[in-house]
Amino acid sequence: MGVDNFVNWLRDAAGSLHDNAAYLTELDSAIGDADHGANMDRGFRAIVALLDETSFETVDELMKKAGMTLVSKVGGASGPLYGTFFLRFGTALAGADLTPATIGEAFTAGVGGILQRGKAELGDKTMYDAWAPALDAYDAAVAGGADLAGALTAAAEAAAKGRDATVPLVARKGRASYLGERSAGHQDPGATSTTLLLESAARTLP
Amino acid sequence: MGAMKKLINEPGDVVSEALRGMAAAHPDRLRVDHENRIVYRKDAPRTGKVGLISGGGSGHEPMHGGFVGLGMLDAACAGEVFTSPVPDQMMAATKEVDAGAGVLHIVKNYTGDVMNFEMAAELAAADAGTEVLSVVTNDDVAVQDSLYTAGRRGVGVTVLLEKIVGAAAEEGQPLQQVADLAKRVNDNGRSMGMALTSCTVPAAGKPTFDLADNEMEVGIGIHGEPGRQRLPLAPAKEIAAMLVDPVVSDLPYQQGDSVIAFMNGMGGTPLIELYLMYNEVAQLLDRAGITIARSLVGNYITSLEMAGCSVTLLKVDDDLVRLWDAPVNTPGLRWGA
Repeated sequence: MGVDNFVNWLRDAAGSLHDNAAYLTELDSAIGDADHGANMDRGFRAIVALLDETSFETVDELMKKAGMTLVSKVGGASGPLYGTFFLRFGTALAGADLTPATIGEAFTAGVGGILQRGKAELGDKTMYDAWAPALDAYDAAVAGGADLAGALTAAAEAAAKGRDATVPLVARKGRASYLGERSAGHQDPGATSTTLLLESAARTLP
Repeated sequence: MGAMKKLINEPGDVVSEALRGMAAAHPDRLRVDHENRIVYRKDAPRTGKVGLISGGGSGHEPMHGGFVGLGMLDAACAGEVFTSPVPDQMMAATKEVDAGAGVLHIVKNYTGDVMNFEMAAELAAADAGTEVLSVVTNDDVAVQDSLYTAGRRGVGVTVLLEKIVGAAAEEGQPLQQVADLAKRVNDNGRSMGMALTSCTVPAAGKPTFDLADNEMEVGIGIHGEPGRQRLPLAPAKEIAAMLVDPVVSDLPYQQGDSVIAFMNGMGGTPLIELYLMYNEVAQLLDRAGITIARSLVGNYITSLEMAGCSVTLLKVDDDLVRLWDAPVNTPGLRWGA
């Protein structure tokens, strides 16, 4: 595998986020401010534009540039959070061979960045509720001898479960937290877009 | 729910075309960096003056771009509708308005705004060595301030703060003093809002929430996010009490304390109703023994076409009243200049 797989991931994710933009915005209308789909779509369209005009030699260069693009184009909380993920993910892969283990370390670094920027905890009804179980499932799969395809599939499935588990939660971070108890009964938009990203990774990276 | 009915061309062009309109309407006071979506005071940077920058999602007009000018902000960064601006914008604005006296970022307490301004302040300090201090406004008593929320939202106090702190910067106060003043204003102000209708984000095309004809949403923010409580519509007198009581009870008030009383419209409520509401608020304050030193009535921090209002009370001393009265010349607020 090489930089092309990661280019494919970003392009595939852009398509998936575009197709789901209305759905993400609808989820965000219920407990947020109705902009998550449009913002993610704008950010990933900018990444596609970048990929169309620039070719990248290394994964770290590609992912860092993708992260900066999200920080610059998305706005809201999602821009800094997803942007930080890709920046840290790319930085961790600088000079590294691409193996399930090194990619796992990059995932760990990326999710650490989200945690540091967002200060969320598990169960706060945020994107972290999808990232955290996905990372655990990935690491467990690799430890059990899974290849990249197996590990990413496990991660995507765990993210989907984490996403579904946000439904009954009362939000404690982000705009949904202003609703208090009224935020319960709705699926978190950030956990939903995170799951889309990871499902896309499982389709394209291996 | 009907189709979106707005004076727009394309939903994606709303912010950039509105900024072109601002530039065309106020060439005497403003210049606009269209690429970065920054509204600048025409004569910024002012040598020796602390630079004041604010910004946030669009859809709250006249805040913030309408508060750029003499006696208020030096620059305002416009995000997409209801979406925080990005660090690139605040970095560019910070460098542009820094005249050697440092820059104060005025940030409303929303997760996205705080994160994007934080990233910008870190980058500006690392990049150009600009001294940046920040104040985060969080005056909305509708939100329980606890470990279990993102904290109180920044709402009406932001307008009063930008005016008062703008006057202090204009008279040459140094950065730390200006930042301390900003914190003092935030600490002494509280707000509470309500909505009669929802609003439609252009890119979403339909109302953010549904509100029946006989309902109102109390404890609303300024982004069309639902409030904490949905109640049957009530007479203005009762609504005024629902807004004023939590605002007054959240700060220790003593007989004879003075306030700036700010009756703000959410964008879709006519002035006749805002004045009617102001009358109710003034009577409630009179009964509570609170003196109204100054007032502000109108649509200043809005939520697109939402109907409804918010009440902000800022406890003031003579110094704050003096700074409030100082000359200001912006598209959104103007007196004495």
